[in-house]
Amino acid sequence: MIAIIDYGVGNLFSLVGSLKKIGAQSVVTADCEIIDAADKIILPGVGAFGDAICKLKKNGLDNFLIGQCEKGKPLLGICLGMQLLFEKSYEYGVHDGLGLIKGYILPLKDYVGNLKVPHMGWNGLKIQDDNPIFKNTKQGEAVYFVHSYFANCKNNVSATTDYGIEVTAAVRKGNVYGVQFHPEKSGESGLKILKAFANL
Amino acid sequence: MLAKRIIPCLDVRNGRVVKGKKFENLIDIDEPAKLAAFYSENGADELVFYDITASSDGRALFCNVLEEVAANVFIPLTVGGGINNLDDFDRVLKCGADKVSINSGAVANPLIISQAAKLYGNQCVVLSMDVKLTDNGYKIFTKGGRNQTEIDAVEWAKFAQDSGAGEIVVNSIDTDGVKRGFDLPLLNLICKAVNIPVVASGGAGSISDFVTLFKNTNVDAGLGASVFHFNEFSIKELKNELKNNKIEVRM
Repeated sequence: MIAIIDYGVGNLFSLVGSLKKIGAQSVVTADCEIIDAADKIILPGVGAFGDAICKLKKNGLDNFLIGQCEKGKPLLGICLGMQLLFEKSYEYGVHDGLGLIKGYILPLKDYVGNLKVPHMGWNGLKIQDDNPIFKNTKQGEAVYFVHSYFANCKNNVSATTDYGIEVTAAVRKGNVYGVQFHPEKSGESGLKILKAFANL
Repeated sequence: MLAKRIIPCLDVRNGRVVKGKKFENLIDIDEPAKLAAFYSENGADELVFYDITASSDGRALFCNVLEEVAANVFIPLTVGGGINNLDDFDRVLKCGADKVSINSGAVANPLIISQAAKLYGNQCVVLSMDVKLTDNGYKIFTKGGRNQTEIDAVEWAKFAQDSGAGEIVVNSIDTDGVKRGFDLPLLNLICKAVNIPVVASGGAGSISDFVTLFKNTNVDAGLGASVFHFNEFSIKELKNELKNNKIEVRM
């Protein structure tokens, strides 16, 4: 059972639908008991970092999720959900994240020259380690991105994508996984990645 | 490198996909969910749904259609038509839209762009503009192209960007349904004015129209309706030709 964390950020239609499509059982919940009973966690998220971390803290989910990760449970952060895994974000002010992975969230517009922001559309993955969620993904396979901020980190980078700079596309630290792109919006390529996570 | 996107556009009226010419003479095409799944499986990078129903019954039907599509099609979905306030944003987002396209509603209440961007994020807000060349330059039209405003298209695009829109769809009334190519002069003007993604709409008639579009403008995506609905060429054929012309596409 995969627990999809429900903290009022973004619509979960496609995520729930895509897990169903690959035959993985999931439940959308903010209930700690249900999350604890699940064997995997997905932390979704669309919108602004500050708002999202506030909502997680309000429900006490921040420390609870950190505890779940420390117990070794696989967690996948998607888009803003990945960014929340880091130490700090500089999106409209400075906000502390969950601190599960070292690094900062910075505005793309300061780094990509005259390229358009948001970075919106399909871009190829450059896979850089043996991250098992990319077990069935080909080098260069395109996935769907939509974001205006990116994770600046030295270690734990599993994949990048080329958008003026090498943009962090995926991270992994032990049982903590994150993808900047939307696997639930990336057609067959995305379903393969979700399936690999579900089968960990 | 970021791929240029090919986006089929589905106008939905009373639960069916329809297509008109110069915004008139509607022809029935197909069931939306069936067509959406077909396009998704055959290379579409994204789908746009416009609700062109006027009645409230039709609107409820549209939401059902959208839910069905969102549960089964795993590529980005943009939804527009009848978006006038934040409740409308909420309504379509809850049915599974990823982006919401606002057109006449933003002309009537320009503040809605910044309000929606703040609430749902810039990536969620698409400004769709219907533009026609007049004696006084490119002007914004509303009400499906029937009503001319005095708003200048370039100024409107800049305003949308500054208000927090994440993308702009430019529909040229002059080239819509005529199938002789996109409105390159207009698209170039808009692309030079803003630094957010721009989607070209109106005028796709052949594969070479798309090649010309991507070679001669800086747009991020091309929208097509009848060329795909009437199966004049497939998205795969189109993408192969774009690739042959060294234009980055997702195969």
